Amino acid sequence: MYPDRFNQEISKNKAIHIHFAQAIPLVTYIDESCLYLKEKKCKICTAVCENNAIDFTQKAEKLEVNVGAIILSPGLEPYDPKLRDEYGYGKFQNVVTSMDYERLLSASGPYEGEILRASDKKHPHRIAWIQCVGSRQVTPGGNSYCSAVCCTYTQKQVILTKEHDAEAECTIFHNDIRSYGKDFERYFERAENLAGVRFIRSYVSIGKEDPKTKNVSVRYSTPDDGVQEEEFDMVVLSVGLTPPAGFKGLADKFGIELNSHGFCKSNTSNPLETTMPGVYVSGAFQGPVDIPESVFTASGAGSQVGELLNCRRGKLTTERKYPLERDVSVEEPKVGVFVCHCGANISRVVNVPSAVEYALTLPNVVYAQNQLFSCATNSAKEISDLAKEKGLNRVVIAACSPRTLEALFRDTLREAGINQYYLEMANIREQCSWVHSKEKEEALEKANDLIRMAVARASRLEALEEFDLPVNKQALVVGGGIAGMTCALSIANQGHEVHLVEREADLGGMARRIHTTLEGMDVQAYLRDLTRKVYKHPAVHVYTSATITEATGYVGNFVTRVKSDRGLTEIKHGATVIATGTDLYKPTEYLYGQDDRVMTHLELEERINEGDERVVNAESLVMIQCVGCRNEERNYCSRVCCGESIKNALALKEKNPQMDIYILFRDIRTYGFKEDYYREAASKDIRFIRWEPQDKPEMEATKADGKPVLRVTVTDPILEKKLEIDADIVALAAAVIPRADNKEVSQQFKVSLGPDDFFKEAHVKLRPVEFSADGVYLCGMAHYPKHISETINQAYGAAGRVVTLLSHDTVVASGSVCVVEEKRCMGCGQCVSACTYRAIELRETRQGKKSVVNPVLCKGCGLCNAKCPSGAIQLKHFTDEALLAQIDAAVPEEDIIEQIDAAVAVV
Amino acid sequence: MCSGRVDLEFILRAFSNGMDGVFIGGCRLNECNYTTQGNYHALNTALLSRGLIEHIGLNPERLSVEFMSAGEGIRFAEVTNEFVRKVKELGPLGDGEGIDKEELKSNLANLRRLVPYIKQVKHEKLGKPLRNPDEYETYFTSEEIDSLIRDEVSYYIDPEKCQACMICARRCPVEAIISARNQVHIIEQDKCIKCGTCLEVCPTKFNAVRKTSGEPVPPPLPEDERSIVRASKEGVA
Repeated sequence: MYPDRFNQEISKNKAIHIHFAQAIPLVTYIDESCLYLKEKKCKICTAVCENNAIDFTQKAEKLEVNVGAIILSPGLEPYDPKLRDEYGYGKFQNVVTSMDYERLLSASGPYEGEILRASDKKHPHRIAWIQCVGSRQVTPGGNSYCSAVCCTYTQKQVILTKEHDAEAECTIFHNDIRSYGKDFERYFERAENLAGVRFIRSYVSIGKEDPKTKNVSVRYSTPDDGVQEEEFDMVVLSVGLTPPAGFKGLADKFGIELNSHGFCKSNTSNPLETTMPGVYVSGAFQGPVDIPESVFTASGAGSQVGELLNCRRGKLTTERKYPLERDVSVEEPKVGVFVCHCGANISRVVNVPSAVEYALTLPNVVYAQNQLFSCATNSAKEISDLAKEKGLNRVVIAACSPRTLEALFRDTLREAGINQYYLEMANIREQCSWVHSKEKEEALEKANDLIRMAVARASRLEALEEFDLPVNKQALVVGGGIAGMTCALSIANQGHEVHLVEREADLGGMARRIHTTLEGMDVQAYLRDLTRKVYKHPAVHVYTSATITEATGYVGNFVTRVKSDRGLTEIKHGATVIATGTDLYKPTEYLYGQDDRVMTHLELEERINEGDERVVNAESLVMIQCVGCRNEERNYCSRVCCGESIKNALALKEKNPQMDIYILFRDIRTYGFKEDYYREAASKDIRFIRWEPQDKPEMEATKADGKPVLRVTVTDPILEKKLEIDADIVALAAAVIPRADNKEVSQQFKVSLGPDDFFKEAHVKLRPVEFSADGVYLCGMAHYPKHISETINQAYGAAGRVVTLLSHDTVVASGSVCVVEEKRCMGCGQCVSACTYRAIELRETRQGKKSVVNPVLCKGCGLCNAKCPSGAIQLKHFTDEALLAQIDAAVPEEDIIEQIDAAVAVV
Repeated sequence: MCSGRVDLEFILRAFSNGMDGVFIGGCRLNECNYTTQGNYHALNTALLSRGLIEHIGLNPERLSVEFMSAGEGIRFAEVTNEFVRKVKELGPLGDGEGIDKEELKSNLANLRRLVPYIKQVKHEKLGKPLRNPDEYETYFTSEEIDSLIRDEVSYYIDPEKCQACMICARRCPVEAIISARNQVHIIEQDKCIKCGTCLEVCPTKFNAVRKTSGEPVPPPLPEDERSIVRASKEGVA
């Protein structure tokens, strides 16, 4: 047994193993800890393996591939806390990293989801997290940047810990809480409001390990109680992100430059490009990013490669050919049942051979067998071969959740020449073996129940046609800011006509008010260049001063009417991108609008750029952060304001080094490499003073020594007293707010808004630039406030998804949609009001009103089915008949017979 | 398929089959991945079902509806364990409540017969998002359920008036009307879903369909007495 690297070497594994339960491909392999490979001993496995599958002669191969473009996505490496002795990692047993802890929390982790201490295998009760381990440090061994993801992953770990053990006491030592992402602020509050959870703002040092209890003491200080030492059962180091292993070699190999932190060097105007043409970068090699950003940069890099290699698109694709589908509609159901061991995941608990035997006794079952991994390629082949051989017309796979593998097994049925909708899965892993590991007999009984129910439903399934919808090859992009223009250009560069609709008379959006970025990009020059490219591109059609009067249609076939400078236009398009941007909060506080010395941060930027003497020559200037957000009304962080204010402060210091600049903040959220500018600002005597929401800074216009000033009063948390600052100018970091017309746009395009009225993507992590409505995509600030480079990343990401759709001639729509049996329909219209997709309408017939479903718009939710009094409308694949059969089968037939017998006996 | 697909009939069928408890799980409220918010429909169906089973003497706690996300495995386990514990405590269906088996059976069968009718009457309430959890308990009051069952609507055909034109039978969505040429039509009460189509389409000159509320319909004519003797034809004969 050797330390299992996947489980952070906390538990052991064998030399022959699978990487982890959900690994792709899910195959066993032998690693270098093998005795034979090391010492030419053992070889027991060769003797045991009946299939002669063990081959010790395999060697790594060198392959030469000619490609036109390269995407680098080597990921990241967690920071190694052993680089700094004071963390005690590796020295104290109960000091773990957040990566270790992640595995401890996991059901597939070293202790199967139990959080145990290394020293005594007991549950820790008092747990401390230490933030910024290896991050935001300029001392040797540390990294100067902020790792951007640790605040939120720690909150997740705290929430999960409390779910494991509601009594656990969780303490988080942090510097700032950087909840700058979408919905992060709410998430932070959720963690903070849990009982027994403390967030303490303090630098800490790890003290000593108690030799007996192996508890670890942590020293910290708070303004109220000064320096304290507290003991914890376990200490989690929230380690930061560092460049991937071997990054220097990687850079040399591909001829790209790195930035000073060892990540890929890129520029704001195209963060997906490296310094070497044709080589692109996605994910955390750009810099510390979280999952959603990694996902859309991947798609974005894909889009750029698509632009480069558009002429070669589709040259290497081969179409899959399936055998002709057998018409089995008139045959009696012949069900084949395949029960999966899932390695030992299922068979360790459920007696699989017994389940197979039981399946054979069920009505309509003509064949049953077990399989080690039903999802393995050879097993799938086995299923399709047997289906042909035994004449099966229904297949039940008793294995895991259909969520992951239904698509695969449907494919297996198609390979067997059976309609894919004849598949049913019984989930005997998540719903059985994983939750009943301590009750094996009952687990078998339950597995049998689930199989019986699945067979009952399978017997009533019908063959369904998926239908091909033609795809119109044009795209509509709504919004002509940086996001919309970038996205439109990338789509157009891949050979599609794009209609770009902008409500203002000019393109550019919010960026027209920004002059530089924190990193120093000239935004106006960039914008001019981008706008010129858009106007010059023959495939991009721009509509300015435009309003959308009507939007209809569905994926591949949208029709949108636009009123613009060009008059009234009807645009037919296959895909839609929503890039409508945001608005800025107009403050009602701090005399904004009444005193011209008070301005927003964007107005300050404009004045600095104009060289307004009153601003540039001010003696004293105060910036107040979080005006209009992170409050009850807008419970989110506007993400960009900390960077914006620091940028303005640095620009002012450049022009007037004597100026006193104060930034009054709640948390400074200069995540990622922006942290360096925060440090620079602090080193240039820009004063940062933190305030608490219950004690906001106050301001009055008054006079000091005869000179009119804006007197700002704020409590200094370090000195613990009120400070009065007499300022000449006050700049407010006004919130970025969702546009007032977002609701209207969301209704027009049938997409949804999140709790803060920003547009809501289909899935935060997995589908960050798509809506759940097919064919509609999202990018830029309409999604959430973000910096220019992030907007560009996401715009390319959306373009990548759009082109993936538009490059197909047809899209396949699911066969599981609703259908009306006209005779049974009583025309009551209850289905119509239940359908939010507007897929059902009532039509007048000679037999009265009847409902009709447009299958293209139907998403298969089945709400109408549950509302229909006569059963006229049925959701195919989930019909009343099939589901009721499944419900009935939940009671074993012998039980029903017993009941009847009992009833008879009573009579 | 959304949790809002859960039909009243599914729940009642499970209880009819002797299930001691029924659990409905849906996504977290207000976090619908689509635009449907169908989990609110599931909530209402569950609340209504609780009222219905309580009406026939069963403990409403036998039906539970909970909303959670795929990331809340531990909560799911806790909720399930708690529900199983509660149902075990309640004992076998009907026994725990001390209801006679036969009576329970016929009461459940009666409720199931009324499903289409209940869906029509409570249609609006079933589709309304109930944002405030304080409203759950009072959304369907026991008085409301009592009167829903008590004032059951029925349709029947007045044998004196029916001219056997077969229009109602052709239009009946569930083929609940026995019809034949020159035979008084009969509505089979067990099949009837009380949609009122027959009343609507019966020609005004015949006006043969009757609607009642809260009272049983008169028994149908025996089969050998259904022939229509038409006044006009009689004259010719």
